[in-house]
Amino acid sequence: MAGDSIFPAQTAQQLSTKVQSGECTARQLTGKVLAHIRATDNSINAYITVDEEGACQQADLIDKKIASGQSVGPLAGIPIGIKDVLCTKGLRTTCASKILDNFIPPYDATVITRLRNADAIILGKLNMDEFAMGSSNENSSFGTVKNPHDHTRVAGGSSGGSAAAVASEEAFMTLGSDTGGSIRQPASFCGTVGLKPTYGRVSRYGLIAYASSLDQVGPLTRNVEDAALLLNVIAGHDPSDSTSANEPVPNYTADLDKGVEGLTIGIPKEYFADGLEDDVRQAVMAGIASLEKNGAKIREISIPTAGHAAYTIAAYYIIATAEASSNLSRFDGVKYGFRAEASNLTEMYTQSRSQGFGAEVKRRIMLGTYALSAGYYDAYYRKAQQVRTLIKQDFDNAFSSCDLLASPVSPTPAFKIGEKTDDPLQMYLSDIYTVSVNLAGIPGISVPCGKSSEGLPIGLQLLGNTFSEHTLLQAAHVIEREHAS
Amino acid sequence: MNYEPVIGLEVHAQLATNTKIFCGCSPEFGGEPNTHVCPVCLGLPGALPVLNQQVVEMAIRIALAVGCTIQPRSRFLRKNYFYPDLPKGYQVSQFQSNEEMPLATGGGIEVPTANGDMKTITLTRIHMEEDAGKSIHEESFVASGESLVDVNRCGVPLIEIVSEPDISTSEEAFHYITRLHQMLVYTGVSEGDMEKGHMRIDANVSIRPVGTTELGTKVEVKNVNSFRNCQRAIDIEIERQIALLETGGTIQQATMLYDPDRNQLRPMRTKEDSDDYRYFPDPDLVPVVVDDAWVDRVREQVPELPEAKKKRFAESFDISPEQIEELTASRERAEYFEATIEAGAEAKPAANWIQNNEIKIPAEALADLLGLMKEGTISSNIARKVFDEMADTGESAQAIVEKQGLVQISDTSELDGIVDEIIANSPSEVERYQGGDKKLVGFFMGQIMKATKGQANPQMVNQILREKLG
Repeated sequence: MAGDSIFPAQTAQQLSTKVQSGECTARQLTGKVLAHIRATDNSINAYITVDEEGACQQADLIDKKIASGQSVGPLAGIPIGIKDVLCTKGLRTTCASKILDNFIPPYDATVITRLRNADAIILGKLNMDEFAMGSSNENSSFGTVKNPHDHTRVAGGSSGGSAAAVASEEAFMTLGSDTGGSIRQPASFCGTVGLKPTYGRVSRYGLIAYASSLDQVGPLTRNVEDAALLLNVIAGHDPSDSTSANEPVPNYTADLDKGVEGLTIGIPKEYFADGLEDDVRQAVMAGIASLEKNGAKIREISIPTAGHAAYTIAAYYIIATAEASSNLSRFDGVKYGFRAEASNLTEMYTQSRSQGFGAEVKRRIMLGTYALSAGYYDAYYRKAQQVRTLIKQDFDNAFSSCDLLASPVSPTPAFKIGEKTDDPLQMYLSDIYTVSVNLAGIPGISVPCGKSSEGLPIGLQLLGNTFSEHTLLQAAHVIEREHAS
Repeated sequence: MNYEPVIGLEVHAQLATNTKIFCGCSPEFGGEPNTHVCPVCLGLPGALPVLNQQVVEMAIRIALAVGCTIQPRSRFLRKNYFYPDLPKGYQVSQFQSNEEMPLATGGGIEVPTANGDMKTITLTRIHMEEDAGKSIHEESFVASGESLVDVNRCGVPLIEIVSEPDISTSEEAFHYITRLHQMLVYTGVSEGDMEKGHMRIDANVSIRPVGTTELGTKVEVKNVNSFRNCQRAIDIEIERQIALLETGGTIQQATMLYDPDRNQLRPMRTKEDSDDYRYFPDPDLVPVVVDDAWVDRVREQVPELPEAKKKRFAESFDISPEQIEELTASRERAEYFEATIEAGAEAKPAANWIQNNEIKIPAEALADLLGLMKEGTISSNIARKVFDEMADTGESAQAIVEKQGLVQISDTSELDGIVDEIIANSPSEVERYQGGDKKLVGFFMGQIMKATKGQANPQMVNQILREKLG
């Protein structure tokens, strides 16, 4: 980060070493970040809930452990922000929605348990588009998140708070979730690293579901090494999640500087067609050139279905909203969350949900309900799933001749607040390079590769075959090194 | 116009698993409301289901017992609707269509028809699903205008067994339910406790002119939760439909609720506004894959079924068909009977005893008791007392008989003496007996039993009385 950093180290490992060696205490570090949040967040709005007391308590516990010579986890003392879509026991979890405004989960999401076991410090819950539905973090009932690089612009979505917090140093690293680009796009807009793991790599238990077959939890960090470290901690099979994979977890931080010598990087020509802003094209091409400079072979490929916005955006918005329409049925005012005054059951349901949900959420629930309804299921949901298979096949083909793919993350850098809110479809189209990745279940990373002429961050997206996160991180590491110099 | 009824039955049976279908909570009936819960069955945000393998095993087991085909691959689907006792706003279930296969299809249950022949009622399918919770509206502890929800039952594993509309009379329906219940309990798949709602029955009833094949409009009859009530409710509905058609009306598709107290049907207020459940495959669960090896393993678990057992009993034991029927009605009884034989008892006395007494002592102990009876050491009256004592204390028959001095008095001279005494003390009764009132033998027996604390050998006493009194 340019300018004075509030942190005495650049990477999580370095920072944790300082805490473990006693150079600074976890409590000092935590106190510093909390003070910075107090001073900064009014202008960024990255946080929904800051847990000062909890964070200080956790910090004290870590310091005590260290002082008594006990071994501590790999994230000891690292202050982390959590997207408010993950359940944290005893700490309010809202999904940025009025309907969960007062919801306090009685349990931790699996990834949270893993963070705690790694001795991380949980600072609080980060702002997001309501129920993870959005691409700008303008759909939050707690207000828009500002891009730290330009407060008149969006931070991206739906993990806007997660990306902004890293960029503004209101957390050292954060967790976000990605269903159609919601980690990668805000990471690109805010100049951070953002990784969406392979579907099933990370447990979804405790992740409040948007689209069950597309959601994944992932890290947003200052650098590639930190993303690898955080992925080490959260990845792995979870018996509580039937969709989590039984794949062993390698040490993602090992051999990060392996380089890209001998790798073939595919460039999907469909992702470099019209609609891509010049600044973005330039920055991404420069990033690809630096991979070539480092020994990678570059090759143009075609992903006809996965590259065709009409197919991918349509398939995504049918499948995601269909699953969401069912996942969000539990928000009915009966057991928890917002319940409207009503004189009968039907009224209670309709009023609680009409008043409790924001406009975009309601839009998507209606879309999804329609796509699943009798007489339309075959034409929409079933058809979309068939298109999904074709998309997966495109990537399978691509990876038979390439090790990785490279593309832009978003057609533009961060746009102005309010610029796309009048036309939801316009907003949906900013996902064209990211949604196919979730539909195929493959991993993708966004790594900063340049700036626009207005000084706005631009990210480069690298895609790999399933469970190829190690290679992705190694390639992203090259980009990072080249971009820094 | 003569009409014939066409009946199909849908039965929801609760599986006797250790935990719920998608989480580790207890599926036990009762319990304080909202205590057998966790994030999963509460449908809390972020919670995810994990399939309990035991559910699949039990479903396969009953499916094999009734001759179904096990589908090698089936999925769970979400059935979406809103109701307060359905926490997630959808029920996880299975479906049958061109694209979706349930766990098991086909199979059949044999029932006797009116003329005594056996007929097979074909099954459409058996599928797995989760139960919903309970809504409590009108109880003393519920405020007016309010309802309470108890989600203990959410996630309890159920199987739904659907029959083809092959049932032709309410009596056949009764037999079908009885047989199905027996199969479920026999295989250990369900405890079948009707009071705990382990079997819930819905009947689909329609009528058509005799001899035609086109199905009439069907009416669903719910809440018939005993076998006889099922039969009664079906009868009422058939009558209602016939009466309606004969007065020129048409049958409307409807759901009727059976009121067991009044033996009446009334139209039910529907829970959901629309019937469109928007089924789609549950993305939180993976498909259920059942390979041949698994089916074979479960096949081993299927016990000897009632029909086979009856046949074997007829070949192996010298007891009447009625006794065989009664003994094999429950697997517990049948196995107890065989264990008693195994321990040395004879078939007929064992059968007689078990028919008339509850299972309260181990089979070996019963064999001992029957042995004492056979030897003549104790009479059947005494045996009953000893039995109760054995049940209470766990002591052996021999020990109790010895301790309490209950050995039957079969010594002729001793009995002679006692009879003489009674005769001497009851001159007027003797006179009346010898005068023709032969019923008084009962009086003498009674006196003798009283004097011997029930231990006199009744056959011998009878003999002696007749000799002495004439």
